[in-house]
Amino acid sequence: MCDQTFMAATFGPCDNCSKASPLMNIYIKTEAINYCSFCMEMMACQGLQKGETLVSLKRESDTLKKKLEEERAKLNDVELHQVAEKVEVLGALPIKTRRVLKGHGNKVLCMDWCKDKRRLVSSSQDGKVIVWDAFTLNKEHGVTMPCTWVMACAYAPSGCAVACGGLDNKCSVIPLSLDRNENLAAKKKSVAMHTNYVSGCTFTNSDNQLLTSSGDGSCALWDVESGQLLQSFHGHTADVLSLDLAPSETGNTFVSGGCDKKANVWDMRSGQNIQSFESHDSDINCVKYYPSGDAFASASDDATCRFFDLRADREVAVYQKDSIIFGATTVDFSLSGRLLFAGYNDYTINVWDVLKGTRASCLFGHENRISRVRVSPDGTALCSAAWDNTLRIWA
Amino acid sequence: MAEGSKDQGGTGTTDPEEDSPNMIVYRKIEDIVTRIQDEKAGGVAIRTVKSFLSKIPSVVSGADIVQWLMKNLSVEDPAEAIHLGSLIAAHGYIFPISDHVLTLKDDGTLYRFQSPYFWPSNCWEPENTDYAIYLCKRTMQNKARLELADYEAENLARLQRAFARKWEFIFMQAEAQVKIDRKKDKAERKILDSQERAFWDVHRPVPGCVNTTEMDIRKCRREKNPHRVKKSVYGVPDDGQSQPSPVHISSQPARKPTKEDVQKEITFLNIQLDRHCMKVSKVADSLMSYTEQFMEYDPFVSAIEPSNPWINDDTNFWDLEASRDPSQQRVKKWGFSLEEALKDPAGRDQFLKFLESEFSSENLRFWLAVQDLKRRPLQEVSSRAQEIWQEFLAEGAPSSINLDSHSYERTSQNLKDPGRYSYEDAQEHIFKLMKSDSYARFLRSNIYQDLLLARKKQPADTEQGRRTSLEKFTRSVGKSLTGKRLTGLMQSS
Repeated sequence: MCDQTFMAATFGPCDNCSKASPLMNIYIKTEAINYCSFCMEMMACQGLQKGETLVSLKRESDTLKKKLEEERAKLNDVELHQVAEKVEVLGALPIKTRRVLKGHGNKVLCMDWCKDKRRLVSSSQDGKVIVWDAFTLNKEHGVTMPCTWVMACAYAPSGCAVACGGLDNKCSVIPLSLDRNENLAAKKKSVAMHTNYVSGCTFTNSDNQLLTSSGDGSCALWDVESGQLLQSFHGHTADVLSLDLAPSETGNTFVSGGCDKKANVWDMRSGQNIQSFESHDSDINCVKYYPSGDAFASASDDATCRFFDLRADREVAVYQKDSIIFGATTVDFSLSGRLLFAGYNDYTINVWDVLKGTRASCLFGHENRISRVRVSPDGTALCSAAWDNTLRIWA
Repeated sequence: MAEGSKDQGGTGTTDPEEDSPNMIVYRKIEDIVTRIQDEKAGGVAIRTVKSFLSKIPSVVSGADIVQWLMKNLSVEDPAEAIHLGSLIAAHGYIFPISDHVLTLKDDGTLYRFQSPYFWPSNCWEPENTDYAIYLCKRTMQNKARLELADYEAENLARLQRAFARKWEFIFMQAEAQVKIDRKKDKAERKILDSQERAFWDVHRPVPGCVNTTEMDIRKCRREKNPHRVKKSVYGVPDDGQSQPSPVHISSQPARKPTKEDVQKEITFLNIQLDRHCMKVSKVADSLMSYTEQFMEYDPFVSAIEPSNPWINDDTNFWDLEASRDPSQQRVKKWGFSLEEALKDPAGRDQFLKFLESEFSSENLRFWLAVQDLKRRPLQEVSSRAQEIWQEFLAEGAPSSINLDSHSYERTSQNLKDPGRYSYEDAQEHIFKLMKSDSYARFLRSNIYQDLLLARKKQPADTEQGRRTSLEKFTRSVGKSLTGKRLTGLMQSS
């Protein structure tokens, strides 16, 4: 993991309050200081420059923004697709529907694979959460949530539980019982509490922590056992629609995207916003890391998908076509990162060549908007969920 | 974008961001249909077609539309153009003159363009009273082409039951509409009737067809005027009984940025300016080499042995992976980076085995223990952190690790208030140490090379080696990840 992408380089007692936390190492004039994020914000708010008006501050902010743009532009010495010209062209991709999972009574809004590469959980507008063995099409568990529009669901890394949430403003964890007759809904445990709908959820690398994004504009990290809020993440100025955890074993970051058209990268330890990307023209519906963790892709209502690199701190590719006018709602990478699967509101899934920027294939089959696409953990299949009440497995 | 059509559009031309969530797409479609109808600028010819004893005014063939889309939107595949055209139809911008089903066909089927009055961008949400008036009106006109379809007759019957009390009112409105319609020119009426029908095909679609007026509930909250009075298609005044749509949850007004917000922004921008970034050329090379390295493992791009379970309907690929020793291809991955080796449970096992053979496993065990600490429930964190200190860092610790004094100081300070991240510094330090030292030796070791080159195992290297409790832990974690434990339990219950 490249150190240069992180803000906090050390962990220890803060120069100001002496509390042990991740420290931001910055310079005031020439003096080096190591403050924790709370003290940093206090200092920023109390004003490095006293007596400034809102207007003059805005002017300063705008000047800095311009300067930042110029600095970043200097690094834009070539386009990714130009460098990728020397990469061999992909052959035809014979991807077809291999399974159709029927059983939901209304729009399927979300799905997530189990680590065992064949099971998955899906959630729907009708309030139902279903755990399937997608290989055999067998429905293994079904839970009816008290609220409709279950917009988020996730499978626990152990395979022993699922999390789900949506319009109820909560995210609950449901342990999966092996006893078919047991009423799973009774064992449901509320973990996350937001003040607006829960748009996304994921377990961090264990069953014990849950990361959620919400229409209330924040993301939050929760301890599953106690339901305690471990860390909250504020910075988006509108609904957060999606989040994704960095794939690194050693990293502690995640990326979120929202209706403020921004994609933000966060440090889970401090709650700090490390990097921010704003180049979409409309809501960002989905964000997903590239497998190495050095970059991520986003899908937006502006009908484009974009690719951002964290080390270059900029957008490095745009995936668009004149004939694609409907919003992109979901993205995921193939195992190597060569392909980007993107689901759209025109009922299709476009497969993009990430490096060359061209479209490698288009998958037809769904009869309504695609809400979610996810590649299986070993990369052997793609699952898509749609408003036509079905899920499809492609390979 | 859609400058011309905005004038024709009537109401609802405010900032697209603040209107219906579908507005962005509507504007793009409006741009397209405006261009298609502009004959002088390369659009299609809209003409009157003679049919038996009558004339069909203002129509275009499906094939013409498909051709136009292919040419002007750079679409190579006709199927794609047909799909896009069908969506434009499904949203109500073009429609077949003799069918309720809104799709585009690449043949001589005749289509008409929808009047801007009926465009979805005008935020129509027609009530059932309007629909009842419409169906009622249709039954009053003695024309074959206006006969109700089965589903429409069923809808009408249902509405008659629901509006039993005010049916007289509805009937009167329908009569009034018929009178108004009669005054219009014959050709004009044909066109208007068809447009009106197409409007209702969008808002009351044929059963089985997609209702394209459905909206993503997450985006509905931001509608500018959720409690506006919905306008009636036939000018029926709102009697106050219409329910506000359930999706109109009141949204928070966007907060104006305060001085504090801007100051925070300034701090953030300064930090970003200080960040050292890489050039795109360098980053591109890095992305390319990562992807190329992993392409042979990517089932969508390279063939996998023996076959993809989803395609051939057999689980051999998964069974093989779970049962035997790791394949050469998998072992090769461990050589890409220490991260890759640690990501794979088998890789972790082998690395640990190697380190044990060198009596230097404490570093990896420390790293694994800290990873585990971060994944514990909050309640257990404090005690576990202390345990780690005792095992690895305290004076006289059984598995003493080597930290530089600075990290050691920081860590012992952190332990005064133990938390999930108390060992971050130390863990990073140890990781770097392993990466630069023992990892490289591991890759050169017999343990690794034997697996990589698939050499036959010597008796001394078999499973009867020493096992530490932590190694058992990593093994069992690995097993649960392949789902074996879960399925095993299921079989036994």
